[in-house]
Amino acid sequence: MTKKRKASGIQKRLIPSYIFLIIVSFISVFPFYWMITAATNTTVEVARGKITFGTHAIENFQKLVAQQDLWGSLGNSFLYAGVQTIVALFICSLAGYGFELYHDKNKDRVFNVLLLAMMVPQVATMIPLFKMIAKMKLLNTVWAFILPAISTPFLIMMFRQNSRNFPVDIMEAARIDGLSEFKIFFKMYMPIMKSTYAAAAVITFMNAWNAYMWPKVVMTDNRAQTMPMLIANLAAGYTVDYGVLMMGVLFCSIPTMVIFFILQKQFAEGITGAVK
Amino acid sequence: MTAKQHAAGWIYLAPATLLIAVMSFYPIIQAIFTSFKTGSSANMKWAEPLTYNYARMFQDKLFLRSVGNTFLYLLVEVPIMLILAMLLAQLLNNKDLKFKGFFRTCVFLPCATSLVSYSLIFKSLFATQGLMNTILVKLGILETNYNFLGNAASAKVIIIIALIWRWTGYNMVFFLAGLQNIEYSVYEAAKIDGANGWQTFWRITVPLLKPTIVMTAIMSINGTLQLFDESVNLTSGGPANSTITMSHYIYNNSFGTGVANFGYASAMAFFVFILVAVLSAINMKVGDKRD
Repeated sequence: MTKKRKASGIQKRLIPSYIFLIIVSFISVFPFYWMITAATNTTVEVARGKITFGTHAIENFQKLVAQQDLWGSLGNSFLYAGVQTIVALFICSLAGYGFELYHDKNKDRVFNVLLLAMMVPQVATMIPLFKMIAKMKLLNTVWAFILPAISTPFLIMMFRQNSRNFPVDIMEAARIDGLSEFKIFFKMYMPIMKSTYAAAAVITFMNAWNAYMWPKVVMTDNRAQTMPMLIANLAAGYTVDYGVLMMGVLFCSIPTMVIFFILQKQFAEGITGAVK
Repeated sequence: MTAKQHAAGWIYLAPATLLIAVMSFYPIIQAIFTSFKTGSSANMKWAEPLTYNYARMFQDKLFLRSVGNTFLYLLVEVPIMLILAMLLAQLLNNKDLKFKGFFRTCVFLPCATSLVSYSLIFKSLFATQGLMNTILVKLGILETNYNFLGNAASAKVIIIIALIWRWTGYNMVFFLAGLQNIEYSVYEAAKIDGANGWQTFWRITVPLLKPTIVMTAIMSINGTLQLFDESVNLTSGGPANSTITMSHYIYNNSFGTGVANFGYASAMAFFVFILVAVLSAINMKVGDKRD
């Protein structure tokens, strides 16, 4: 019996599945489409229910730049998210590497204690952390943004799990060749684990870019504000210009959407990264 | 392992471990102490009686409402979302389905927005002068524009719809990964035995995905108990605080526009911590038992 399937054509049996998937896909995508069209229309047109592209994109953009420090906030968001990603990846991969490849009973115990941090809600540590950051005079700096987020049980676990595939034999070979312990990490572990780094980078950048509550607490100066804070401000007025608002939302979403479309596989791996 | 290697191992994990100790464990202990104090942030005193903030918390109608709201979102949203995510994962796991990649990308796409962004998009879509009203009026379902976000019940429904929209695809990714561990032949056998799609879903997919279900449930419960961005940006907690969540209320009591009361806010925050810990523990126990 040959295993040939019909190469083309849709199986009748699956038609309900297709219909369901098309409806769900439409609902999932439509708000994006609407956001983009609304960014090109005036607030009156948006209110009237116009869902086609308009001609007011430039006007909305100019109003947005006049009302809010768009470039400053974009720059802040890139800076904070970029620094957080680099530092978090370094610290957590080093820890994951140490926990897995140098493991002993005591290190395993420490790891299990660290996992408890997953249950600590942000809102419960917000006040003491704010006091700590304020005391260190770090409010409105990139450090305030990243310090509570650069060492997470999730990332450590992700690197620890993925380190199981790391070929241990080559470490021994490297030691015999006289490579120091630290060089093994930089010269062997980092290059070999690059797909884990990619997935971890995507998820960390996304989380940092989207962070809202903590930045709202420590970035009290308008000049330090992030993109999510900027668009929240746009919507907070008594009268909201929907065209301008959606232009802002668009700017806040472009970087994450670009990452999503280019690195979707890494993003999915990043989300499920710590489970195997 | 040589002593040198042992030492190297400890050095590797030291920065991460210290950071978690200082940025998570130390603050939660601080929060417990603060929760027994009153006064403004500069000069806080031990409360008289010591449990004052906790006693106040359970008589604070607004706090109790925020707890009720959070649990409502939790109990309605999480089951619907997880079942929908599993259903989509099963459909997309079908070998004969075409355009799989396209559908998966579409359903996953909402994860590309920040929580603030999608909250504002939904706020605009459901505004009194928004697109949803226009459509519903044109279709004759509504006679005049309805203020969805100005009514407590409908505002809650919209928060739930928005949450389902944002997180279904996220959870689906876990289920798709889980399904890859199930031999496809199980499904083929079920088909030969004459099981329909619905039976296959409840009898095969759901039981085999149990570990994934427990994990996604824990994550969703954890996330919903800490709901903040949506409450702040979609409804501003309103109308009249009817949709406010615990985190939002705690924020208002510590960094919001009102009077900052770190002691009281810490007591409420510690309550959230206990809830998260207890619910996660229960979930893990339940997950273990059926194995």
